[in-house]
Amino acid sequence: MALLSVTSPHIHKPGNTGGFMRQVLYATVPGLFMLTYFFGFGTLINIALAVGIALVCETLILKLRNKPVAFYLNDYSAVVTAVLLALAIPPTAPWWLTLIGTTFAIVVAKHLYGGLGMNPFNPAMVGYVLLLISFPKEMTTWLPAAGLDNTVTAPGIPDSLGMAFLGMNPDALSGATPLDAFKTYAGQPEVLDSNSILHGVFAGFGWEWVNVGFLLGGAYLLWRKIITWHIPAGMLLALFLLSGFFNTAVDADNYPGFLHHLLSGGTMLGAFFIATDPVTAATSNRGKILYGVLIGVLTYVIRTWGGYPDAVAFSVLLMNLAAPTLDYYTQPRTYGHRKPNKGLAKSD
Amino acid sequence: MSRHIWDFHGGIHPPENKKQSSETSIRWAGLPERLVVPVQQHIGAPAKPCVNVGDPVLKGQKLAEAAGFVSLPVHAPTSGTVAAIELRPIQHPSGMDALCVEITPDGQDEWIEHQGVGDYETLGKQEILNRIRDAGIAGMGGAGFPSVVKLGVKPDQKIKTLILNAVECEPYITADDRLMRERADEIVQGLQIVAWLIEPEEILIGIEDNKPHAIAAMQKATAGTQCEVVVVPTKYPSGGEKQLIHLLTGKEVRSGGIPADVGVVCHNTGTAYAIKRAIMDGEPLISRITTLTGDCVAEKGNYEVLMGTPVGWLLQQAGVKATDLHRLIMGGPMMGFAVHNMAVPVVKTTNCLLVPNSKEFPDPVPEQPCIRCGSCAQVCPVNLLPQQLYWFAKTKEFDKAAHFNLADCIECGACSYVCPSNIPLVQYYRFAKGEIRTQQQEQAKADHARQRFEARQARLAREEEEKERKRQERAKAAAAKQAEKKAAPAAKAAPASAAGAVDEADALAKLQTAAASTMKRYKEAQKALLTAEKNGSEHLEALQKKVEQLKAKADAAKEAFTTAKNAQGQTADAKPKPAAASKDDPFAALKQASAEDFAAYKEAEKALAAAEASGAEDVAALQQRVTELKARSDASKAAMKEARAREKEQIQAKNAAADPVKAAKLEVAKQQVLLKKASKALQAAKDSDAGADDALESNVKAAEQALEAAEHALKKIEEEQA
Repeated sequence: MALLSVTSPHIHKPGNTGGFMRQVLYATVPGLFMLTYFFGFGTLINIALAVGIALVCETLILKLRNKPVAFYLNDYSAVVTAVLLALAIPPTAPWWLTLIGTTFAIVVAKHLYGGLGMNPFNPAMVGYVLLLISFPKEMTTWLPAAGLDNTVTAPGIPDSLGMAFLGMNPDALSGATPLDAFKTYAGQPEVLDSNSILHGVFAGFGWEWVNVGFLLGGAYLLWRKIITWHIPAGMLLALFLLSGFFNTAVDADNYPGFLHHLLSGGTMLGAFFIATDPVTAATSNRGKILYGVLIGVLTYVIRTWGGYPDAVAFSVLLMNLAAPTLDYYTQPRTYGHRKPNKGLAKSD
Repeated sequence: MSRHIWDFHGGIHPPENKKQSSETSIRWAGLPERLVVPVQQHIGAPAKPCVNVGDPVLKGQKLAEAAGFVSLPVHAPTSGTVAAIELRPIQHPSGMDALCVEITPDGQDEWIEHQGVGDYETLGKQEILNRIRDAGIAGMGGAGFPSVVKLGVKPDQKIKTLILNAVECEPYITADDRLMRERADEIVQGLQIVAWLIEPEEILIGIEDNKPHAIAAMQKATAGTQCEVVVVPTKYPSGGEKQLIHLLTGKEVRSGGIPADVGVVCHNTGTAYAIKRAIMDGEPLISRITTLTGDCVAEKGNYEVLMGTPVGWLLQQAGVKATDLHRLIMGGPMMGFAVHNMAVPVVKTTNCLLVPNSKEFPDPVPEQPCIRCGSCAQVCPVNLLPQQLYWFAKTKEFDKAAHFNLADCIECGACSYVCPSNIPLVQYYRFAKGEIRTQQQEQAKADHARQRFEARQARLAREEEEKERKRQERAKAAAAKQAEKKAAPAAKAAPASAAGAVDEADALAKLQTAAASTMKRYKEAQKALLTAEKNGSEHLEALQKKVEQLKAKADAAKEAFTTAKNAQGQTADAKPKPAAASKDDPFAALKQASAEDFAAYKEAEKALAAAEASGAEDVAALQQRVTELKARSDASKAAMKEARAREKEQIQAKNAAADPVKAAKLEVAKQQVLLKKASKALQAAKDSDAGADDALESNVKAAEQALEAAEHALKKIEEEQA
């Protein structure tokens, strides 16, 4: 009879990291549905492709690192990275774009830093930004949302496959996103008013529903306690306040309203799925709020005065840099202490 | 009336699993064939055995005495004989052995004479405290801190709230629950004894809302008393002392402080019961209620167990088959520890024996990487950042871990419980805490050693200083005496010096001017003479005469000046100068004197050269003067050198004081030099003379002895240091 010797606690809440990550995957479903509804099957193809590439990359590099492959594949982190990257890539993207982005995300941004839990930057966003800088044309070729007018329908499976694998030129189908449109016509109220892309139910046509989809997914993550409210709330609040202020107090023709910002581009995907990546975000509750707020501020600043129409990826990566420091200076007040500790030096 | 219940950060809701053991009444566990009573069942110093092997003992007889303030006695749980007093495996996570008293029961279960008191108020508080100590009562909730220490309220401390911790928040454990259901009256009586001792303003009984029967029983028992039953929501770890205090009073015990600092004293249900038994029935703490639960246990429930009952025997009584055994946990599933030896005895703090099968408690799964999800931070009851502490512990950055308040971790296990990556976080914290403790102990040790060394150095330096001061005083006294002797004739020669110091200085200045001017005239005349000689002048003779005259005058003036100066210098030496010299730098004074003497000598030499060149008659006189001055200069130079050497020696000695070995080495070197000198002197005497001087020979011998002594001292010091 050999008695097992384990230190306390002896019981454990059911679940593991893989389960945690799977919840994130489930939560992308409403947003993914909206993307597919408005822009066709391109995103689904991207996801399938990215997941396949990610699993291959992960397997190879785990073997290279002498790690148990099945054990690590089971944590689903590579799948999550691939899905989040694929959601951000345009549905018109050729296959090699996904290949380059995913490979770079998994091999360089994740494993070269030490694998899961060790990477300072969000791997999906590293892959995305690499592609955006290297292939700006392919990465900004979006489609007009289906139903924008009578002529626009979402591309079918043949078209999507053609664009992904057969080198079919998407230029004939392409159209501006609401963020692009506003940036192009800022300061011209008559054009802005007449552009149907900018006038959906509450915000940019089609994109408003994509964002609502990701908002729903975010609510699911909150409900399942996979994420906490701090980062999304901080980011959305900052965007809301800044866009509201400039829109109402400064100039409505140059600064769109808060709904435009909150429901366009990658706002909701970023707020609930990207910025909340726990490995690269701040972890103390106060730190998370600050982290979210700063991402919101950066997003607004880059969108409004920067050269890119969207800025969630840049903002998240910039704040990844600041996350460790934020954590040092936003420690909670421990029971029995008057003040929270700050920094790394003993203060009391 | 409902009382405000505060909330604490975090907490978890693990499956309670209490029903398995809470629904049957307390059973008597029985008398095993042998009882192994550890002398340490509490926090503090182990008790000292006061019986011998072979002694017959009665039930309740003291087996070991308390050894100090934070220590408790242990008692015989039944009557019998002492079979052994030796090291046995005990209730410790490390599975270590400790001193135990083994009793072979005689089956009579015969009590030692004992008597309880109903009206304890008449005995006085000190007597009651003594009885509680003598009964060996330790906190029964798990830590086992001597209860009497918490009850002895300091006179300057006012306890506002007395809390009875009946929360029992750990899953599976129902010992307090059952005790309250069945013996609520006795618990309240015990609580009232405690209240009488510490005189609180309010008495609160905290119970989790998952124990309705216990709540009802306690409410019934406290009816008409000042005790108030407060129901708190079920959440782990509400039963932590600091968490419960916060729940009931909203107060926080400062980090590193004790509850009494904020006017709160907390006691466990079992402790209150034990205090009642000790005072009102006169029975020491020799048994306790222990929950036996887990899927391996056929007869789950609560048992009244004698202290020292071996766990293996107890499990057999409860129907545990040895073949089913997978894990054995003493305590609850959250904070209990694994026991790997069936011979380990039940002690005062054993509130639960948990024997799950492998299906109930599966083996821990492999640890996955931390993804910093922060679930741990959300559940930490003391609001730490467990994910950061984990990194710091893993990378052995203990300074950072300490800065992130690792010391405040109560090791409740909530973080490990929720961790999706199955990281045994508490284990990391225990490791880091242990390392920090070791480091601190080593640091304290080093500090202590340094303090002692520094104190010793300071003492040595002080002694040396004292010696030096005495020597200087003696030297000063001698110098003063000598100066007095010399000053007497000098005063006669220069009456002016008898006048005030101002006059003296004045006169001296005048003399100096006079000497200088005559000297100048003499020099001029000499120059003129030289030119005349070169030019072959006719007035050579006249000039020569003039030069001689002038020289005599100059010499006279100079002599007058030097005498006056010497006289003044000596008188000054006797009075203010030594003070200044000793205050400032005696060496500097000597140096100046030496420089002056040397300058005088050089001047004289120059004059001599000039006189020789000019073929003066008084060359011989000048020569003599030069030799005189040279001797003087040499003497003062020697004095200065000596002073410098002494000073150097002193500095060396001072430096060496920091290192006794160095000092001893220096001493040896010095003695070697002395010996060499003495033997050289002897050799010289031998060379120059036929017979060696006896005195010189004895000098050499003495130096040899001194050197030997110094060498011996050095060796000793070196040995000591080694």
